[in-house]
Amino acid sequence: MIWEGWAHKFGDNISTDHIAPGRYFHLRSQLSELAKHVLEDADPGFAARVKPGDFVVAGRNFGLGSSREHAAAIMRLAGVGAVVAQSVARIFFRNAINVGLPVAVCDTSPICSGDLLRLDLERGVLEDVTRGLVIPVAPLPPVMLAILRDGGLVAHLLRRGRLSAVGPT
Amino acid sequence: MAQTLVEKILSEKVGRPVRAGEFVVVPVDLVLMHDGTGCLAVRQLEALGRAAPRYPDRTVLVLDHGLPSPRKELSNDHVFLREFARRSGSRLHDCGHGVCHQVMVEEYVGPGQIVVGADSHTCTAGALAAFATGMGSTDVAVAMGWGETWLRVPETIRVDAEGEFREAVSAKDLALWLVGQLGTDGANYQALEFGGTAVTALDMAGRLTLCNMSVEVGAKTGVVAADDLTRAYLASLGREEAWRRLEPDAGAGYARRITVDVSGLDPLVALPHRVDNVVPVGEVAGTPVQQVFVGSCTNGRLEDLRTVASFVRGKRVASGVRLLVIPSSRRVYRQALAAGLLADLVEAGAIICPPGCGPCSGVHLGVLGDGEACLSSSNRNFQGRMGNPAGQVYLASPATCAASALRGVITDPREVLV
Repeated sequence: MIWEGWAHKFGDNISTDHIAPGRYFHLRSQLSELAKHVLEDADPGFAARVKPGDFVVAGRNFGLGSSREHAAAIMRLAGVGAVVAQSVARIFFRNAINVGLPVAVCDTSPICSGDLLRLDLERGVLEDVTRGLVIPVAPLPPVMLAILRDGGLVAHLLRRGRLSAVGPT
Repeated sequence: MAQTLVEKILSEKVGRPVRAGEFVVVPVDLVLMHDGTGCLAVRQLEALGRAAPRYPDRTVLVLDHGLPSPRKELSNDHVFLREFARRSGSRLHDCGHGVCHQVMVEEYVGPGQIVVGADSHTCTAGALAAFATGMGSTDVAVAMGWGETWLRVPETIRVDAEGEFREAVSAKDLALWLVGQLGTDGANYQALEFGGTAVTALDMAGRLTLCNMSVEVGAKTGVVAADDLTRAYLASLGREEAWRRLEPDAGAGYARRITVDVSGLDPLVALPHRVDNVVPVGEVAGTPVQQVFVGSCTNGRLEDLRTVASFVRGKRVASGVRLLVIPSSRRVYRQALAAGLLADLVEAGAIICPPGCGPCSGVHLGVLGDGEACLSSSNRNFQGRMGNPAGQVYLASPATCAASALRGVITDPREVLV
């Protein structure tokens, strides 16, 4: 459970309307098309610029707003490798884990766009390799770690057969 | 062991006492999807290897975000969902039936239930003392396929509202006040439990507005105890048998207690582009608006339409303003029609649209032009929310919306009182 990528820094309160704008509602059944507009209202150039494995780095309350799983799904489809943020809105957090997109909560203030980052969820740290920083990451609940380890909720259930509140024992 | 309302509901369903902080798997009484989230949920259900929902008669599908459909892509999503409902036996509410959360409280939800919905405003139903929460499509697909979901029992923030609302001040203003106080993440992962004399005295429409807006402070859900008013409400819908008294225990443990005297509240407005960017209406009075929207799962009920009608009756909407009024369900539409409210609204120049979400999430029926401002009774004003990142959305109560529609600028409703 280690991910490495280049940082794209965003501010606070990036909403699901920023990530998957309502004017593209009609693309919800064509996720690869919707992915071309990911984060468009926060940064119009992001979708063209993001490379596979890149990290989205944000301030507080990333993903606030709607329950639309499409927001997390298109981030993953567009190539985002992980999300690290000061704090993450509840439904988005769940959705990201469910689509196999790792999310880590930590102090992102020292990170800048272009930094090389390495997220190690087992050790519970985010390394900013560029700046030589080791930032502790809040632990994920066992059930979420289990889902993420299996690659998402569908894979988790196909593998396990049913839900467990504490992950597999 | 003294329990909060949420602890009580979840404990009953789990079959043993549970406390805030615990992770549990719970049975789900009702599953909700709409035309923005249902297709992905159905496809994920198939990916999970389930041919059909475990409980089709408790799987509710409402077409409300785009109706009648504005584009062929959405139309095809509707076709897909209708076919799913037909072959699975799920409960479909087709175009025109209403906004999903309004349909849920009118026809399905009762005290003590667990409701999972593929929409963040599923928490609206908490006003009926249900544990109702929004999730993404795959979580909802699992709830459909297995009839259960996992969750962390939330801590509760208790909000005691006391006193009496002054004229032209309403539950929406209390909700906006709370969002301004807590911020958009002030209740993240927690539940809001509303009580106090002002809430006890509130009609169900007001309670629904409060619970609806809970997600705007990041809460998992918002709840109100089930009391005699809940009983009367359910009885009015022919569903009295769903009622039982359900309230928190005295001495329950809350993460935080907030007390507010609602008699001190002014009409409030949330400024673009954040719901917690809340100011008294006086601070933005005079701001021109081109569109005013009264409707949505937040404020589209008969009481809200009645409020607007009382302001505009015998008068005319300001030139240059589009006043969109959208009853949140066919039932509300019928009642408004029978009460003569729609005639009043139409005479004043309002545009009545079919029961559904309308312009709220930027799909259709009122997308903004560049530089346009909309004053809306809905729940979100993020940049781009109403279909155009170059538009501005302000949030307010139906009374503030009505007064502003008459003047063409954001207006304190107390200046236009009838």
